[in-house]
Parts: sequence; C-alpha cells; structure tokens
Amino acid sequence: MTPDLECQSLTKRFGETLAVDEVSFDVARGSFFSILGPSGCGKTTIMRMIAGFLEPTSGDILIRGKSVLDTPPNKRPVNMVFQHLALFPMMNIADNIGYGLRRAGMGKADIARKVEEALDRIGLPGIGHRKVDELSGGQKQRVAIARCMVLEPDVLLLDEPLGALDLKLRERMKVELKSLQAAFDTTFVYITHDQSEALVMSDRIAVMNEGRFEQVGTGQDLYYRPSTAFVAGFVGDTNRWFGRIERVEGDMLEMRTESGMTLRGERHGRALSTGDRAEIFVRPEAIRIAHSAEELEHFDNRISGRVTSLLFNGADSRILVDAAGSDEVAVNLPQSGEFAGLARGAPVHIGWSGAQGNCFASPEA
Amino acid sequence: MRAQAKLGLVLLLTPLLLWLTLLIFIPHVDMLLVSLRERVSAGVYRTSLANYWAFLSEPLYLRTFMRTAVMSTLATVITLLIGFPVSYYIAKIARGRVQSALFLLCLVPFWVSELVRTFGWMILLRETGIISNLLQFLGLVEGPVEMLYNDAAIMVGLVYTSMLFMVVPLVTTLQTLPDEVVEAGYDLGGNSFSVLREIIIPHATPGIVSGCIVVFMLSLGNYLTPIMLGGKDSLWFTELIYSQFIVRFNWELGAAFGFMLLLLSSAIVWGMLKLTGQSLERTVG
Amino acid sequence: MKLQTTAACSAVALSFCVAVAPATADTLRLLTWGGYAPDDVIAQFEEETGHTVEVTTSNNEEMIAKLRATGGGGFDLAQPSQDRIAGPQEEFGIYKPIDMSQIDTALFIPSMLEATKGNTTVGGDVYGVPHIWGTSGLVVDTANAPSVKDYTDLCNDDVAGKVSYRLKRPTLIGFAFAMGMDPFAAYSDEAAYTEMMEKVEAKLIECKANVKTYWDGSDQLIGLMRSGEAVAAMAWDAGGWKLNADNPDINFIAPTSGALGWIDTFALPAKGKADEAAYAWINFVMKPEIAAKITESSSYFTASKGADELVNEEQKARFQASFPPEAIDNIKWYPTVPTGLEVIEGGVLDRVKAAN
Repeated sequence: MTPDLECQSLTKRFGETLAVDEVSFDVARGSFFSILGPSGCGKTTIMRMIAGFLEPTSGDILIRGKSVLDTPPNKRPVNMVFQHLALFPMMNIADNIGYGLRRAGMGKADIARKVEEALDRIGLPGIGHRKVDELSGGQKQRVAIARCMVLEPDVLLLDEPLGALDLKLRERMKVELKSLQAAFDTTFVYITHDQSEALVMSDRIAVMNEGRFEQVGTGQDLYYRPSTAFVAGFVGDTNRWFGRIERVEGDMLEMRTESGMTLRGERHGRALSTGDRAEIFVRPEAIRIAHSAEELEHFDNRISGRVTSLLFNGADSRILVDAAGSDEVAVNLPQSGEFAGLARGAPVHIGWSGAQGNCFASPEA
Repeated sequence: MRAQAKLGLVLLLTPLLLWLTLLIFIPHVDMLLVSLRERVSAGVYRTSLANYWAFLSEPLYLRTFMRTAVMSTLATVITLLIGFPVSYYIAKIARGRVQSALFLLCLVPFWVSELVRTFGWMILLRETGIISNLLQFLGLVEGPVEMLYNDAAIMVGLVYTSMLFMVVPLVTTLQTLPDEVVEAGYDLGGNSFSVLREIIIPHATPGIVSGCIVVFMLSLGNYLTPIMLGGKDSLWFTELIYSQFIVRFNWELGAAFGFMLLLLSSAIVWGMLKLTGQSLERTVG
Repeated sequence: MKLQTTAACSAVALSFCVAVAPATADTLRLLTWGGYAPDDVIAQFEEETGHTVEVTTSNNEEMIAKLRATGGGGFDLAQPSQDRIAGPQEEFGIYKPIDMSQIDTALFIPSMLEATKGNTTVGGDVYGVPHIWGTSGLVVDTANAPSVKDYTDLCNDDVAGKVSYRLKRPTLIGFAFAMGMDPFAAYSDEAAYTEMMEKVEAKLIECKANVKTYWDGSDQLIGLMRSGEAVAAMAWDAGGWKLNADNPDINFIAPTSGALGWIDTFALPAKGKADEAAYAWINFVMKPEIAAKITESSSYFTASKGADELVNEEQKARFQASFPPEAIDNIKWYPTVPTGLEVIEGGVLDRVKAAN
C-alpha cells in the first residue's frame, strides 16, 4: 500500500540558514505520526511545506503517491489544525465546520447534515448556532478537528494544538485525540515539543534536531533504544555524565567521568574505543536505591551519598543524590513506598547495572 | 478614602466635562438659537423656522447638499478601495522596518498644512503643470491638458487628504487578525476571493466602518479642497455655509445650514450603519 | 510670518518702550489688508511713538464678520471699504464715531476725505476716513486677448476657456455697467436692482463656458495670468501692475464702461481700547513720505495729499498707462451698500455657480 504521505530529501533554506536538511520519511495510511523536537528545530517548517504555505528548496512531497508540489494549499488533500486553532471568530460553529464544504460547492442541505454528523462525532451535538468564544478550550479543539475532518483529508496536520490548554485538559485531550484519530481513521501528522504528547499518542515518532531527523521509530524504540545522544537526552528524563573511555570489553566499557568517577556502560555496537570522549545516559528509574552498600553488590555501578532534594510527585517521586565529587544524580523512588520516609541529608546507596548505562560518543569539548 | 476616590473621579471627569460643555454643547446651543432667529429689519429679530424653510424650499441648497453627499460617498468608496490593499500590505505582509516606514509614508502628507497639500496638487494638475508637461514631453498628447478645476480633481484631493484616516483604523483591525486564521481559510479550500469575503472583510468590518465614517465626515466638511481644486461648477455645501456667514452676513441662515449639515450627515451615517448591519457601539468599542 | 515677526518685535520692544516711551504706550491691533502696513513703516512708527502694532490681514467680508462676532472688539483699528461701513454699522453697531479733531485733515486729499465722510456718516456721526484707493477693472494679456476692452468682452469667443473672474459682487456690478445699466442708481430700489441682477445672472451663466475657473485669492489670479492659463481677467489695478513688471504684455486696463473705484478707510471698532494709538497711526501713515512708501511697496495709491509726487517714476508710468485722464473721470465710485443687497446678490452668485 502506498503511504499516505511521503517526503523525499525535503530541504528548506531561509537565506543562509538551513531550516530543514534532507529529511525523508513516510507515514503509513491511518497511522499517527509525530515529529518531536525542541522549538526552532524545523518541525513547523516541514508542516508548513506539507500544507503548502512554504515551498521546499528541494525535495518532493507525495500524498498517496502523487507529488503535490504544484498544488496550492487550498487544493491539497491535506488539512491543518493550527496551534491556536484558528477558528473563524466571525462565524458560528456550524459555519466554521461548514466552511470547507461551502468552498467545495456542496449544497446547503448536505452541508447541514454533514455538520450535524461531525458535531455528533466529536460529542458536541447541537452547538452549531453558538459563537466561537462561547466554547471551552477543549470544545474548540474538537471543533477545529471536526472542521478539517468533514473534508475527509488524506492527511491531517496538527501543529501543537494542545499547547494553549491547561495541564489537566491537555492530559485528557491526548487520549481524546488518539481516539478521534481512530474514529476518523485518518492519517495524523502531529508536531510537538512535548515528548509525553508524542509518546502517548503516536504510532511512530520522528525526533528532530537542527533540521534533521535524529531517529524515527516507535515510542519504545526512542525511549529504550535511542540511537543518538540527542534522542537519549531529549526523550524521557535521564542522568548524564561526560568523560573519557578507559577500557572497552566487547559491548561493555568503562568511562572516567569529568568528576573522577568510573562508570560502566554499554555501547550497543557503536564505534567507541579507549581514549574517546563519550557520554553515558542512565534513566532515573533504572537506578536502584538501598539502605546499605551490600544490597547493591551485584551492580557494576555504585555510589554512596546523601539526599540533597526530595521531589515528591506521587507515583513519579524522586530524590536527588549528591555523591561525593560527583554531580547530582536523579533516582526514582520505588513505588512500594519503602523509602517514603527518606529525609534530606540522609545517607543513601544507589547502584545500577552497566547494561543500563547507554554510552555515546561525544564531540570533543 | 471614599472622599479621595471621589476627588479622583472629579479630577478625571473635569477635562471631559469642560470639553463637552465649552467646546461642544455651548457652541451648538448658540448655533441652534441663531438658526431659529429670523431677521425682520435692521437689528430686529423674531423666533421662527424661516431659515430651515429657506433651506428646504430652495432647490439649489438641497441640490448642493445632495451633490456634496454623493461626492463624499464616492470619495469614501474610492478611499476604501485604495486604502484596503494598502492597509493589508502594511498590516499583514510588510514586516519590521518596512512596515513602520510605510505607515510613516501615509503620515507624511500631514506634515504640511492642507493649503500647501492642495497647492501641491494644483502644481501637478494644472494646464502648465508637471503632469501636463510630462505627457506632452512623452508625446502622448498634442497640446496642454487641463486636469484641474473639475470634479475629478476634487476627488483626487479628497482621497489624498482622507487616506490616512482610512488606513489607520484598517491597519489596526487587520493587525488583530491572526495570520493562521487567514491560512486556515486557504487550507480549508478557500481561494483569495472567498478568504477576503468570508474572513478578512468580516474581521475588518469595524475598521472599515469607522474609517468610512471619518472619511465621509471629513469630505463632507472639507472646505479648502473643493474650493481650490474644484471647477466653476463644483459647489460644495461648506462653501454655502461660509458664504452665508461671511459674504452675506446672514448668520441665521448659515447656522441653519450648519445644523442641517449636522443632521443630514448623521442621518446618512446612521442609515449606512443600519444598511451594513453595524452598530456604532461595535464600531467604536 | 509677518505676524510672528511683529509679535517678536513687540515682545522685545515692550520692555524697551516701557522705559522710554510716554506713559500712554499702547498696542495697536490693526485689522487690515495685505500690503497696507509694510514692516518698515511699522518699525518707524513704533520707534517714533513707542506704540506697538499687531497686524491681522483680512478682507471686507471677514473684517465685518470678525467684528460682528465680538460686537466690535478684539481690534483697535479696522480698514473696511467705505461702501461697507454704513450698512453693517446700522445693523450691528460695530464701530464708534471718529473724533475729527484728532485727525490731521490737512494730510488728506480734500475731495476724497469729504466723499468718504459723506458715505460713512450714520446718524450725524462720521465713521470712516479714507486711506487707500484703487479700482477694479480688467487685467489683460494684450498679445493674446486684444479684443478685451470691457467686462462683457470676457465672454468673447476668441478668449473662450482662458478667462477668469471672481464670483463676488464687484463682478455683478461691473457686468451691469458693461451691459449699459447703472446698478448704483438702483441701489435704493430693491425691485429694480433685483431685475437688473437677473439680467446679469443670465449673462454670467451664458458666459460660464468661457471661464477657466473663478479665482479666489490674488495669488491664484497672478498664477493663472503669469502661466498664460488665463489671458484676461477681472481684477484689481495693483495686481495688473505687479504682473506688468514681469511681463510687459500684461497690464491693467480701465474698461470702457468705467473702472470700479473703491476706497479703503480707517474705522474704529466699537470696543477698541487704543484710540490714541489708532489716531497716531492714521496721522502717521497719511504723511506724504510714508504714504509714498506704502504705494511703492504695494502698488496701491493713498488719499494722502502730495504723496503721488514722491512715488517713483516706474509706478507713475504704470498708473498713467492704465488711466488716461478720461478714464479717471470715468471711474465709478462705489456708493454705500444698503443692507439687504447682499442677500439678492448672494442668490445670484449661488445660482451662477450651480448652473451648468
């Protein structure tokens, strides 16, 4: 089956700056694809090129196998949900949703029926006569999606549409968006700088940095098997140490950090050899915590230190441990509540296996 | 505390009340009283509506008013047609320094007095003027062309004088239209025309209406431009008022004319607002 | 600009004068025409008398309107035309009588003084003395419009589209004379005057096609004539002489039916506060040498006895070219305008302007 959307060596230059650099990817029909990256990484540029508001410097964009470079934005089988939703304040809800259908020249009765259907589908029946500013943030969100979906686009682009919502609503909308996508069975391309949005909703995620895709894969791939240091650092929380490699043994290696600690890690087949500058990433949840050093003897990496901060956040609570001479290490508290009584300044022992330490080459400082 | 708040309110309101009573209310009441006076003989007057009757019964006065109103409406429409693309460019397309530079350019004509501006147009348009000479030089015309002293010249002068008052409210309202709303209009299948008609113009309506009211009133009340650029046939209503006050010493009729101008122009503006389904509160507020 | 200079002068002069000048030093607020009070004359006056002068330039209609608005206040000396004093005075009471004992009558041309006194007398009091006189007639580019000899010649075919005049009362009067009528004789007979004006109206409407534009200010007229856009116009003598200095073909012509003579006067506004300074100014500018200075700078002639002799030859030559002796005798001097005529004339002017 041809993918719904395919970008081939897509490049965009603004004068001297290279905003998008030879990006290629494809999005399978009916899937939820996210582009995740910090602001300024070029993800919005890609989205605007797909929508047709920007012309690529080179490369091609294909929708259902056909190049759309010569198709103006109003003719592309692509619709976009804008960051601030861009509902038309001068029209009521029904006219907003019916706008695209009117433009397509559909009859009045058909439009009314389709609008009603769409409102039913987003769970807001009978609000057609209301004004835009009478709706809540979540309702507007759904209307914005319905406004695009009535046109039955091949691809729906979403440009950080949850950014303006408050946290609680954002959490709910993540779930809702995912189920809307399933209900409409349309290909979604979603861009965001919020990893949790991407991880929760997407079938596949592309992590973007400085105009390039660092890695494309499922959420699990990115989280557990990051292929670049950037992805390891950007997706999920992590501890990070810089240093030099002292010993390599198969996939295992030893690195001396800048603060003088020796840490063991794994290179996952990456070309790293003794003397190279490198960095090791360890997720806070991979680190075990114990009252005595003996309990951690089976771990390759062990540190003893004191608790400097308690970051209580329900099930996701952590502590920061200040190991002598080392940086602060973030460690997740086990959910058992075993260490709930830990106080600031209390001595703790932490440790993790070398396999949890993901090691990447680091450019010379 | 309470007394202080009260004092603050009084201080705030004083300039407003002074302005309203001294500059708006009292002169108009005085005008009204003068307009209701009928001259019987030297220094003897009686109260009557004779002056208003004179306005309504003399076709010349009514015709002149209608002519002025129609020309002003036309000037308003032309100003809007030229001003809208200009404003759209300034508000939505130009960026940064270009934007402020363009805005400033609209303001430049107001650095000189209206008289000088009008003389500028006379120099350009007259038979021995720059445009006429240029056309002859280019071989486009045989002899000198007179472009001054006709209604078209008045129109040019009025539009030029009014442009800023159209552009400012338009730019202000257009700037509040988010780019992404326009893009959404295209994205959902609209072409330039339908985006303009369904999205940009409805959004800009308050600006369009307030710009049109200001331009219409300014054109209607303009004196210098029609007198100096207009031809021998181009009678303007303000000219009638001037001549009643100054040349004929007939303040009573002049005051009545002034009031009729106020009433009729307000009626026209009200009618236009009704016709376009706008309210003054929405436009101003 | 002139106003500002004067204001600046007076500000400086004030501190200076208070010390030296007599205790009666006053500010004279003069409401006059452009050119009637040249800067050097003001400077000399201020130096000699210690008074200061503030000049506001205007025209007949605006002078009356300004004084009417304030009931004769705001100015200490005004210069309306002699035919426009008695009417407004009767109607609005904006002037006060002139104390002839304060005026040095020996400085005036006697016939002009007597005529002005006669025309400006209301209820036995005199309200005006003459200052500057002149005529309206035709300014003609003789090379391009040789046929224009009288007002009605402005309607000739050979000058079609190249004619200009003011849409004001002198035009109505001038055309009436040129059409063989005597409007001044009909001044007192409203019905006859109305009838006469109707004929003039018809003529002016017929003539409208010939008109390039109705001029409004003298600058506009001079621009039209100098550029050749107009070849014949109805205008004041001084304007014609000014143009003649640049282009010998253009000159002022006294029309065959007679130039219209006007005399601008001195009149005291009812609420004027500096009468002493006003009288001093009158007696000062009527001195022959001062009057000659004014004539040279503005081309206007004054009612000052003997001033003509002191005017330069060039100015005299222009005057004589425009006014052969029989033309001087033929000047039609404006009699006092009775109240009410303006309304009749106004209607005519409106209809002419509105006609197509």
